[in-house]
Amino acid sequence: MIINHPLLGPRDSAEFTYKGDANLINRPDPETASPQDWHDYAYLRDNPAGPHRELWFHDGGDRSWLVVTRNTLTHEITAVELARDVARAEGRSK
Amino acid sequence: MTQKNRLSGGQIGRDTTLKFTFDGKQYQGHQGDTLASALLANNVRLMGRSFKYHRPRGPLTAGSEEPNAIVELRGGARQEPNTRATTAELYNGLTAKSQNRWPSLAFDAMAINDRFSNFLTAGFYYKTFMWPAAFWEKLYEPIIRKAAGLGSLSMKPDPDAYDKGFRHCDLLVIGAGPAGLMAALTAGRAGKEVILADEDFRMGGRLNSETLHIDDAPATDWAAQSVAELSALPNVRLMPRTTVIGAFDHGIYGAVERVSDHLHTPDPGKPRQTLWRIYAPRTLLCAGATERPIAFDNNDRPGVMLASAIRSYANRWAATPAQRIAVFTNNDDGHRTAQDLLAKGVKIAAVVDTRPDAPRADAYEVLRGAQVIDTKGRLGLTFAEVKLADGTLRTIECGALGVSGGWNPNVHLTCHQRGRPTWDDSLAAFVPGGTLPPGMSVAGAAIGALSTHGALTTGAAAAKKALGLKGRTPATPKAEDAPVSQTPFWYVEGCSRAWLDQQNDVTVKDVKLSHQEGFRSVEHLKRYTTLGMATDQGKTSNMGGLAIMAELAGKAIPEVGTTIFRPPYTPTAIGAFAGRIRGMEFHPTRLTPSHYWAKERGAVFVEVGNWLRAQWFPIEGETHWRESVDREVTATRNSVGVCDCTTLGKIDVQGTDAAAFLNKLYCNGFAKLAVGKTRYGLMLREDGIAMDDGTAARLEEDHFVVTTTTANAARVYQHMEFVRQCLFPDMDVQLISTTEGWAQYAVAGPNSRKLLQKVVDPAFDISNEGFPFMACANITICGGLRARLFRISFSGELAFEIAVPSRYGDALMRKLMSEGAEFDVTPYGTEALGVMRIEKGHAAGNELNGTTTALNLGMGRMVSKAKDSIGSKLSERPGLNEADALIQVGVKPVDPSKAITAGGHLMAETGPVNAAHDQGYITSAAYSPSLGHMIGLGFLKNGAERLGERMRLVSPVTRLTVEVEIASAHFVDPEGERLRA
Amino acid sequence: MRYSGFKVIKEALSGHKGWTPAWREPEPQSHYDIIIIGGGGHGLATAHYLAKVFGQKKIAVIEKGWIGGGNVGRNTTIIRSNYLLDGNEPFYEFSLKLWEGLEQDLNYNAMVSQRGIMNLIHSDAQRDAFIRRGNAMKLNGADAEYLDLDAIKREYPFLNFNDARFPIKGGLAQRRGGTVRHDAVAWGYARSADQHGVDILQNCEVTGFKIEQGKCLGVETTKGFIGAGKIGCAVAGSSGRLMSKAGMRLPIESHVLQAFVSEGLKPVLPGVITFGAGHFYVSQSDKGGLVFGGDIDGYNSYAQRGNLPVVEDVCEGGMAIMPMIGRARLLRMWGGIMDMSMDGSPIIDRTHIDGLYFNGGWCYGGFKATPASGYAFAHLLATDTPHDTATAYRFNRFETGHMIDEKGMGNQPNLH
Repeated sequence: MIINHPLLGPRDSAEFTYKGDANLINRPDPETASPQDWHDYAYLRDNPAGPHRELWFHDGGDRSWLVVTRNTLTHEITAVELARDVARAEGRSK
Repeated sequence: MTQKNRLSGGQIGRDTTLKFTFDGKQYQGHQGDTLASALLANNVRLMGRSFKYHRPRGPLTAGSEEPNAIVELRGGARQEPNTRATTAELYNGLTAKSQNRWPSLAFDAMAINDRFSNFLTAGFYYKTFMWPAAFWEKLYEPIIRKAAGLGSLSMKPDPDAYDKGFRHCDLLVIGAGPAGLMAALTAGRAGKEVILADEDFRMGGRLNSETLHIDDAPATDWAAQSVAELSALPNVRLMPRTTVIGAFDHGIYGAVERVSDHLHTPDPGKPRQTLWRIYAPRTLLCAGATERPIAFDNNDRPGVMLASAIRSYANRWAATPAQRIAVFTNNDDGHRTAQDLLAKGVKIAAVVDTRPDAPRADAYEVLRGAQVIDTKGRLGLTFAEVKLADGTLRTIECGALGVSGGWNPNVHLTCHQRGRPTWDDSLAAFVPGGTLPPGMSVAGAAIGALSTHGALTTGAAAAKKALGLKGRTPATPKAEDAPVSQTPFWYVEGCSRAWLDQQNDVTVKDVKLSHQEGFRSVEHLKRYTTLGMATDQGKTSNMGGLAIMAELAGKAIPEVGTTIFRPPYTPTAIGAFAGRIRGMEFHPTRLTPSHYWAKERGAVFVEVGNWLRAQWFPIEGETHWRESVDREVTATRNSVGVCDCTTLGKIDVQGTDAAAFLNKLYCNGFAKLAVGKTRYGLMLREDGIAMDDGTAARLEEDHFVVTTTTANAARVYQHMEFVRQCLFPDMDVQLISTTEGWAQYAVAGPNSRKLLQKVVDPAFDISNEGFPFMACANITICGGLRARLFRISFSGELAFEIAVPSRYGDALMRKLMSEGAEFDVTPYGTEALGVMRIEKGHAAGNELNGTTTALNLGMGRMVSKAKDSIGSKLSERPGLNEADALIQVGVKPVDPSKAITAGGHLMAETGPVNAAHDQGYITSAAYSPSLGHMIGLGFLKNGAERLGERMRLVSPVTRLTVEVEIASAHFVDPEGERLRA
Repeated sequence: MRYSGFKVIKEALSGHKGWTPAWREPEPQSHYDIIIIGGGGHGLATAHYLAKVFGQKKIAVIEKGWIGGGNVGRNTTIIRSNYLLDGNEPFYEFSLKLWEGLEQDLNYNAMVSQRGIMNLIHSDAQRDAFIRRGNAMKLNGADAEYLDLDAIKREYPFLNFNDARFPIKGGLAQRRGGTVRHDAVAWGYARSADQHGVDILQNCEVTGFKIEQGKCLGVETTKGFIGAGKIGCAVAGSSGRLMSKAGMRLPIESHVLQAFVSEGLKPVLPGVITFGAGHFYVSQSDKGGLVFGGDIDGYNSYAQRGNLPVVEDVCEGGMAIMPMIGRARLLRMWGGIMDMSMDGSPIIDRTHIDGLYFNGGWCYGGFKATPASGYAFAHLLATDTPHDTATAYRFNRFETGHMIDEKGMGNQPNLH
């Protein structure tokens, strides 16, 4: 596969390591989250057959975490974003 | 004159005579021959035996779709089983052997199976060999296994090298027949970067096998001129002998170039084959078509061949399988074979044409509306039995029979991303359809344009379209444009032992039985009968089986289904996929900064991940590793030892939020760590399980150095970047791995300070007061060399770790050795390191095994409740905090002379020994020279409360049972006085 | 019809006219007591045991395509019970025992071949871990044997002992492990289930569940609504897709695992061998092909196909450990969808919806589990209590912290 890195351009996926669903960005708020919230965050997955937002780490490159939108039926990639930008957009800060 | 069946003409170099042997017998051929064409020229039709019935087999085809003529090529360690004689290029000195026969090809004792074929029908083995149960492995299976299989491996390491490479282009053209050549010309002339790959060693495809004309000249001339023009274009790369084996995601194609397979041995420094990864945004598949056979009884005898293959042998290789040949066809193409053979002086016995309205011919007899219903000839065809239109029978004498049932487009690569071909009624064949791999288009016979004109025009048009080329399409050369007339004719009515899959011996009868027993979908059919599972991947057999099943089921062919094709397009050497990644090159080897020094000292090395580390340093007189290790431990504990610990991961953490960041990462507190101090830290995964441990040293307000275990360095770094970028993106913190940047040595033992004082510059006070336990600092040594010093101890002794830029690592080690001579400084390796950490009760990889928690490790109280950290919440789950949780303990044998085994399990002193009574297990064990007996670390249920208890350590797989006493894990200096000294 | 050597001979002499379909092709009834969704190994085995052992009536297996077309027909055919943890080992040992009597139970020769499995050891830490595992196996009544380097050299002289980057130091063998002809497992269970009255409904895809007031009443299918008292789902890699129709999210990700077979070769390998310092395991089929595999590709996928880097990685492992296979040719590669769970261990449990039961999360290890999985799932469906060997395979183990994590990789499915 080829991942079009937002900073570095097209890169072979062999340069990357995969983690999983990009929802892992949405770590529960430790102040308010219930045990159920933590369980759901850590263990439950949508696992869609279709577009999937997922985390890839460019360990053979610039060490960016990326959010890749990839279709799990066809492997077509439709978007690649810096995970840090996604995290900020989803309200994460410090 | 040995080449009895050599004809005139052809594209072989008659000036070069090549000698070769088959089954030990000497033959001669010419440059440009394949093994099959040369054998046929020498009047050898019998080249193999089938898989199940051991029926005699000769070539069916003249290409990579060959099911029958497969041999063991070469000898010694280069022996290459199952090699297609039809594609193996002849070279001087080639040796080949037939396979899957005993004692000889002409007399094969296993051919007895053919006599019992009635018992050995499809799937018979699922219905028998069940009683008694134990007989399967002992009796039936060994017999079956010995009889099965095809060729044999040499069992010696492959002596040849394989390479891997990467190529890029605007357009990849697969197949260099008329469509592919025209496409490459179109794109190449437009200045595009083009790769033209073809599995054959001679480009031109079918043009080389036909007597066609293009622009009123022989089509072979046009092919040669086109290849010449293309090879002169700097933007075009021709890749003959290169099979595109697979279409992978995002326009990545795998291709194997047979660099040296046409040579006796590879030239020095050259690989046997190269696996190319071709990155192609646009691909044009011009893979041509494969002729399909017709099933009739005993259609598998040597000499029964595809009509197009006979034409190839005659026209391209000037070889014929026999001097008198018949043709069995359902379309006009079969007649070409008769015409071409006649032109070369081969007698045509008859053309048997299933069509009542078949064209007549003056030069040979056409039997219209007739069918071949059977054949004769024990080791090769002698007679064909023909049923004439009026129902009468006629026996025709012939040494070969060319069969043509029409053509199937080679859609294989279009299916590699699970696209399914679609049925084309006008062609009575599957054509590329559905979803093609993105970027792929198809031209020529592969898309059903079966005439030369069709190939040329679709090739040009498809290239133009794929690349978005503007302008008029240049006129394509003039060529035949024969209409396609394919009426399906799959099998002769009433046939039974009519072969579909010639290698696996699947007949029409088997397909009928499969239907009868309910295995009716194409997937069930192929799995039940093994149709299409042989080394030819069903290229000539799948369609026939499918068509017969459709008829039996009363369905249309596409309703029965299509088996989709999977990579590789043709079987590919496993060595080619591995390339140079084998032997010592399997993984990179990482060397520590003191490696060459250690080697000089005669160290024994051990693989630790990709690192090589000194395991121990034997000295003269030592005969057993334990002597060395015990000496190293004792010397360190009594004076001073030095160990290279560079392999520990080192991560620089900088920024105004560095402390806050580490406070999130480690389960224990880091926010208030003072500058100049180091702290042990335990990192949890988010699921609350211990991930790694190490130290974090605060060298400056905004600058920490974190260490990880050797094994987890990469994973911890990745985790830290995840936490930084994805969870706390606004923290002002930067990370970089500096593992290779700094050489780091542990200097341990009561004299460690004295030794270091000799190298540390005097401006730095490293006395116990000036540089107490857990202190850290940027310092200089040896008169100004920048260094880092940490007062941390893994051994439990007064100890330091000193780090210098890696390029000074070797020098520093030598310096420490020379300055330490007065203290008898002793280098120690990973074994002594391990012994000392077990003596001290420090957890390492064996304890941090991914299932243990802080509680298990005896560090439950370290998990701060006062703050949020990764893993703290999920570590509170009840299952991870049970009253009888496993807790790390020490164990020692009650009888000090007894051994302890890591991996042993702990049981009560008396009572049953089984899983239900399992109390825990031993993670690490070592002989402690300090204590004079073996000790171990392990996890025991409620272990903290059970110190002093006697238990049994059992290790059934190493046949050990030993009485042990549960002890504190801190065997040496439990109060920690030494490390604070 | 009973299969036997005698029957084979009789049919051979009488033109094979007496063979009948291995299973019927019935039309769906409007209601069944129990419906199993998924006509793979686990689903068919469940139906077999429900009917034969637990005496259940009116059972249907619903399959969207052809039975046996999923992972049971696309795996590397290995059976073994060499597990470490309490939650797993008794279950897999139970499975191995069922394998040992399978052919007689089914009257179908699935070619259960106990030629042994050998896990190679390449480091001291690995040896410690394997000894612990071997001991756990023996303490659970399974067989295990530790072999030192000399023994490995004697038994496997063709391995790389000369220039191995990670030299072989020993091995852990399970002699009762081995291989089974995978397709025949599906067919054998199907045939037996059919003979015990189970309706096998092929080409019948479930499009939805009918759930009212927390109870599942039946399934909508491409052949219409079918009512059921209980519904068991055993669809492996499609678990996420199917259970989402019941509104459930699962602790599962679907990943692609590739497998490979070489051209047929005369006997080379005695049993199954796994490389401990890379991703490679291999056995040789009765037909002679080397059947081998390695790691999953590592990304979520339902595509049933993988990519080159893993193909290369697997072949590199192969060449590292047995460089004599360099000139053997890889004949076919294919991919299956693995239901990778969050701890690498399966789930056989009721769901929060009454009448709806789940069996999945088998990762890449479902084949060897087929008999016990079917047995345990049948037990659960028939009695509403988990089978003794499957009590740990609960959904709530992630909430309570009772993960069964053999590899110790935590909640990241692609690392298991």
